[in-house]
Amino acid sequence: MLLVLWVIATILFLIFRLMPGNPLVAYIDPTFTTEQQQALMHEFGLDLPLWQQYAIFLRASATGDMGVSFTYRAPVWKLVWEALPNTLILTLGAVVIAFVTGTISGAFLAWKRGTAVESTGIPLALAVRAAPEFWVGMILLAIFSFSLRWFPSSGTASPGVVYASLWQQVTSLDFLHHLALPLVTLVLYLQGLPLLLMRSNMLDVMEEEFVVMARMKGLPEGRILLRHAARNALLPVATAFALVIGYSLGGNVVVENVFSWPGLGRLLVRAVAAKDYPLAQGAFLLIAAVAIAMNLLADIAYSWLDPRVSYAKR
Amino acid sequence: MRNGSVQVLPRPRTPGFAAGRRAWESFRGVLQHDRFAVAGVCIYLVFILVAAAAPLIAPYDPQQTITKGDDLMANQPPGPSFLLGTTNVGRDIFSQLVYGARPALTVGFTAAFFVALIGTVVGIVAGYYGGWIDAVLMRLADVAFGIPFLPLVIVLVAFLGPSLWNIVLTMALLLWKDTARVVRAQVLSLRERGFVESARVLGASPLRLMLVHIAPNILPLALLYGSLAIGWAILTEAAVSFLGFGDSTRISWGFILQDAYISQALSNGQFNWFVPPGICIMLVVMAGYFISRGYEELLFPRLRRQ
Repeated sequence: MLLVLWVIATILFLIFRLMPGNPLVAYIDPTFTTEQQQALMHEFGLDLPLWQQYAIFLRASATGDMGVSFTYRAPVWKLVWEALPNTLILTLGAVVIAFVTGTISGAFLAWKRGTAVESTGIPLALAVRAAPEFWVGMILLAIFSFSLRWFPSSGTASPGVVYASLWQQVTSLDFLHHLALPLVTLVLYLQGLPLLLMRSNMLDVMEEEFVVMARMKGLPEGRILLRHAARNALLPVATAFALVIGYSLGGNVVVENVFSWPGLGRLLVRAVAAKDYPLAQGAFLLIAAVAIAMNLLADIAYSWLDPRVSYAKR
Repeated sequence: MRNGSVQVLPRPRTPGFAAGRRAWESFRGVLQHDRFAVAGVCIYLVFILVAAAAPLIAPYDPQQTITKGDDLMANQPPGPSFLLGTTNVGRDIFSQLVYGARPALTVGFTAAFFVALIGTVVGIVAGYYGGWIDAVLMRLADVAFGIPFLPLVIVLVAFLGPSLWNIVLTMALLLWKDTARVVRAQVLSLRERGFVESARVLGASPLRLMLVHIAPNILPLALLYGSLAIGWAILTEAAVSFLGFGDSTRISWGFILQDAYISQALSNGQFNWFVPPGICIMLVVMAGYFISRGYEELLFPRLRRQ
């Protein structure tokens, strides 16, 4: 896990250093003399040989020091640290809700197999999955925010509202009100995979002998469906959890931008657009770290769900 | 033939010819068995035609700001002269939509081609040689898996410069991993089969074994992952353009959506502006899903009864 993070950090370092153009473009004024530019280069350590820069970069990254943002003129760690909770709440909330609704509707569609419900449900699920998530967000915004005015169109809080602590903020009604539309957008985008997986697993499991046995015992259909089939069909869906988290962090970037949600994805896009290298680097590394950490959590959760898989063996 | 495993056809003679025949046979097989796949192909054909004949179909130049006398024809509602209305600077939305099919299809097909090609080559080499080559290539796939995809595309495109080819390049660099893993697993079983064994005993070189004997049997799998990648590529291009890192000299569907977003089309309720491009993207991506579903059913017949 740490190895992957190290490789990503190295690739990132090379991308940022070897790209054409001076990384200090945002800092250097056209009126600066060559000496002033040299002094600035020296101040940022950009006149050192590449391997020394790399060593400094690794040491700084390991201690959490990611430099100073060119555009915000503030330490990068502070900026990304403020954005992190917003991204985590949006991502985790969306993934969990998407899995709950996705598995339930998947099981439902498997149960309704061969009916009109299925023949409209499946294409509908595929269509929602094929739609670009930022476009779904735009439609939700236009309808529920701008036309009906039920929800705010951007940000995490109404103007002028200040909270004493992060906990107070995220549990406030105002925050949840702001969270609703981006959350629904992401849930719609993510629910397709658990839905389709759950449905095909259910169809498989429904033909197993223990389900036939349960039928022969005369158990009610609902009980067979929930207690016998669904429990066994759920396991492969759990493996998809890590995959979906990977998707969602990518999907997050665009959704955060549509709804001006101050998370890591929006920070990254702004930093890249402003050629703010340290901030872009910090935001990217943190997104990668979150993805890797969540994958690890999903692995651990899976070995807990299915003791036949032990994490140590992988 | 349909007994739960990938079908292995008789030994082909020349690699190029055989590969072409395999591709066509598997494709025809998909079309014969799946209505959805037929629908997918039809959608593609329509969009390819539209892209090719864009200048004939589009009533206006997509970049042209249309004026009538001294008045700029801005924010016109849909009507007979402007099928889908105009943008806030008087550009015809329908014409933009028609021209937007070009970058979408270009990115979709080229990215899918490279993803399938790189993935297949890596998968075959890793699966055939095994050992440290396999270990190195698969660790590389692990790293590619750990990198968040869209953020990297954004960073790379922003630094390499906004162009369609940089989007294709970054997709090819990151998305080969799924294809490679599946192909590798298949090669591991193929290389132990009798026909490969007998060719090896007859003294065929590793290159010949991989190209002539193994590759044609991998082709349907590569096509399956290629058809999935088309949708991914189109969605990615749209997202990158929407975020403002696209090639602004070319009108793409993602660009239209960005234009609408920053021009307050949402608060003005101009649904005629931002709904159609999304529907186009959705249709093309769904067509890719339909075709890949057809391939999946052909490759894994157990899925069919569902």
